Amino acid sequence: MSQPTPANEVMEPAVSVRDLAIAFASHRVIDELDLEVQKGEFLVLLGPSGCGKSTLLNAIAGLLDVADGEVWISGRNVTWAEPKDRGIGMVFQSYALYPRMSVRQNLSFGLKISGVPKTEVDARVDKAAQLLKLEELLQRRPAELSGGQRQRVAIGRALVRNVDVFLFDEPLSNLDAKLRNELRVEIKKLHQRLGNTMIYVTHDQVEAMTLADRVAVMRGGTIQQLAPPQEIYRRPVNLFVAGFIGSPAMNFFEGEIVAGEGPRLKVGDAMVDLSRYPFSTNVSPGQRVILGIRPEHLAVGPAAVGSVEVESQVHITEPMGADTIVWASFAGESITIRTDGEFNARPGESIAFHFDPARASLFDAQTHLRL
Amino acid sequence: MSSPRPTVAAAAPLERPANRQKSVERGRKPKRLTPGRIGLYAFIAVAAAFFLLPAVIMIFTSLKSMDEIRDGSIFALPQHLDFSAWIAAWSTACTGLSCDGIRVGFWNSIKILVPSVVLSIAAGSILGYALSFWRVRGANVLFAILLLGAFLPYQIFIYPMVRGFSLLGIYNSLACIVTIHVIFGLPVMTLIFRNFYAGLPQELFNAARVDGGGFWRIFLYVILPMSTPILIVAAILQITGIWNDFILGLVFAGRENLPMTVQLNNVVNTTYGERTYNMNMAATILTAAVPLVVYFVSGRWFVRGIAAGAVKG
Amino acid sequence: MTTRPRRLRMATFVVLPAWALVLAAYVGTMVWTMQISFTDSKLLPVDTYVGFDQYERLFSSTRWLVSLQNVAIFGVLFIAGSLVVGFLLAVALDQHVRFENTLRTIFLYPYAMSFIVTGLIWQWLMNPGLGIQKAVQNWGWESFRFDWAVNREMAIYAVVIAGIWQASGLVMALMLAGLRGIDADLWKATRIEGIPPWRVYLFIIVPMLRPLIITAVVLLSIGVVKAFDLVVALTSGGPGIASEVPAKFIMDYLFTRQNIGLATAAATVMLITVASVLTPWLYFEYFRKARPRGAA
Repeated sequence: MSQPTPANEVMEPAVSVRDLAIAFASHRVIDELDLEVQKGEFLVLLGPSGCGKSTLLNAIAGLLDVADGEVWISGRNVTWAEPKDRGIGMVFQSYALYPRMSVRQNLSFGLKISGVPKTEVDARVDKAAQLLKLEELLQRRPAELSGGQRQRVAIGRALVRNVDVFLFDEPLSNLDAKLRNELRVEIKKLHQRLGNTMIYVTHDQVEAMTLADRVAVMRGGTIQQLAPPQEIYRRPVNLFVAGFIGSPAMNFFEGEIVAGEGPRLKVGDAMVDLSRYPFSTNVSPGQRVILGIRPEHLAVGPAAVGSVEVESQVHITEPMGADTIVWASFAGESITIRTDGEFNARPGESIAFHFDPARASLFDAQTHLRL
Repeated sequence: MSSPRPTVAAAAPLERPANRQKSVERGRKPKRLTPGRIGLYAFIAVAAAFFLLPAVIMIFTSLKSMDEIRDGSIFALPQHLDFSAWIAAWSTACTGLSCDGIRVGFWNSIKILVPSVVLSIAAGSILGYALSFWRVRGANVLFAILLLGAFLPYQIFIYPMVRGFSLLGIYNSLACIVTIHVIFGLPVMTLIFRNFYAGLPQELFNAARVDGGGFWRIFLYVILPMSTPILIVAAILQITGIWNDFILGLVFAGRENLPMTVQLNNVVNTTYGERTYNMNMAATILTAAVPLVVYFVSGRWFVRGIAAGAVKG
Repeated sequence: MTTRPRRLRMATFVVLPAWALVLAAYVGTMVWTMQISFTDSKLLPVDTYVGFDQYERLFSSTRWLVSLQNVAIFGVLFIAGSLVVGFLLAVALDQHVRFENTLRTIFLYPYAMSFIVTGLIWQWLMNPGLGIQKAVQNWGWESFRFDWAVNREMAIYAVVIAGIWQASGLVMALMLAGLRGIDADLWKATRIEGIPPWRVYLFIIVPMLRPLIITAVVLLSIGVVKAFDLVVALTSGGPGIASEVPAKFIMDYLFTRQNIGLATAAATVMLITVASVLTPWLYFEYFRKARPRGAA
């Protein structure tokens, strides 16, 4: 049941959420939320548990009644349409396969209900099975499949519906790490091959960074930042996004802007020259700010021009194979540095490290917004 | 005794399949006979005797002749196997003026049982499904009233019901007693199905809705095929419950349809003249036979039924 | 805003008859019962309102007062007895004894049988002329008495014994399931610390099983209030009114003694008592921790 998009509506967003509110009992978990997803885009909703990302997805799917606002899919207002009439396919975290049906029956159930002719059903099922390498498994029951196979069947169930928009609700969370990586790649390939619009909910930032065209970082029912992954990584708009994205987490230091030639930051005893930092707003002397530096933007060794150099003692090191995480201190606070796997230092040893303020992030200490 | 495991986490996951290994792991298996162990087995022996003796005596008595009962001890073994009391109980025992045996009650009970069990399970499963998966206005209030219905004694409802059924003109009929069993079975049936369905993943229902299933289609093709364990539990609960019912059958069934329990009580407690204890015991055993067969055949499912009936999902 | 949702129609449609049934069969009858209790109805309901006269009559009736006393004795002893016996049986079976399955089957089978059957069995066992009493006296213990079912002083205790015999297996099954659900690591921890098993059961396991114990108490209490069949089969309320209980009192006055005003007053008292105990439990059990279901 594809929803053909008229030629004159090419620029129409595939999914559009306008002024949305969702309430459980009388408590509004989402309020005044707007979101536009472009046709063919892979959008990831990312956030900690309870941030409202799955609620938003369920509202788009029509599985939840909205309290206010509208949902548009492929140019139609579907706010009160049944899930089946929205032109969506959905993949669930627990796979949600019908346990008493074979894989083939699972894939064809929805098509049969909507009265698709049998030959067409078979053709679509076979095509999806081929695409997802399920041909051998069509006669099996879900209980006889591995976790990865089950999730491929679940994806197939969305695929056969021939819809423009796919919704994924944490589809890889129940899989072990290795399978997760494999299926992640498969989903990305699938998106490249089919070009459908995909909205993907996850709490795993690796999935978000690798899959997304754009990421919407959510918290407390609101979208904190909606941008391509690199942008979110490089220029987080606030302290929450900065702290949520990246592992190990960004290092934060509170300090004060001091006057001089160009803005400078006093963090503990150290002075950080901010003349190379790309400010987007003005700062004034005396303003309390928070400096954020990613562990991978810190480097051990003498500084290049324009960088800030610090001496510190090593507390512990955590060799992780490819890299080694060094715990040291800066301005009285603990700091983590990501070095390459060859780095070797004993606890107590004194090391020099440096960073380029141009790659750091500055946030207002009160509003937590990026400066 | 091994029970088939349902593929879904079911209503009463009280029976762990791995409990045997667990106990071994616990390492409390004794290696020799300690005084504590002897005491334990003594307690178990006394308990087993307490539970078993009445049944043994009942069987013994039913196989004795009346002379043997009068002269001998209640604990004594029957001198020879004499099934005449059983035959008498089945086909000639008297209630009031009719002497057609307890078999009349048996067939009445069957006639009441079959439609009551089928209808009450059907009603309970559909209502439980509607209340757990479909957001229905006022579902909680309905559920609360149902709960009260499940726990309040019949005495509170019974008289107006008698009047009501009289007005409808079906009082004292098979239809009446079946309706009554469906009405009083509805709360517990709804409860156990609702609890079971609450344990099924909501995502499954969501998937079926995205696939375009409506109320009945999702129920018939997705939910019902997964309900086998709870259907078995419901059947056990209803078969034993309705068969063992006395008060409803007494009040609503009418003279023509009195269930076996009522007839048994009449046979034993309202006979005049000499009491035939051997026949009474045989009739009692016959009346207990159906639920006992269900009990022995169903094994662990019976315990699951208790747990589900205990409405502790 | 756009149009209201048209969805959920079939679910609503299915629930409507249930509403009708519940309102008519439970709420309606309950209200009717209460209404009759304020009238002067005898054989048939009449509309002569007499205020609380029936209640006054009820509480000056010896038969009713004896019923209340009996149900209290029966309730306390039956519940306590079934809990203790059932719990001990469960603990005993949890000691990894031989023939566990057989023993469990033996302890539970009475629960599969009706109260009528149970009552008739025990009536026979307590038969003064031919039952256990006679057998034991013949063995030489001349003063042995086990004629409880026909003994004015002991009749209600006969009901208690028969009840415990029937219902202990239920408690045993519930408790055993609970014991089997206890984490094996807990037993390992208590062994390392050297706590004797009986202390573990009493001070660690029993508190852990509290929800199950409450459930068992509720189930047994329902049995107490509904105790009608057992009394009818075992003693018919006798000798005299010695083992009369409220459930039987109400049935007698409704259907044989033709005083439905008095009977419905008694039923109303029963309703208020049960509801005042039940409502808090039901609330805690079902609604306080009711988990929110995700979608429609």
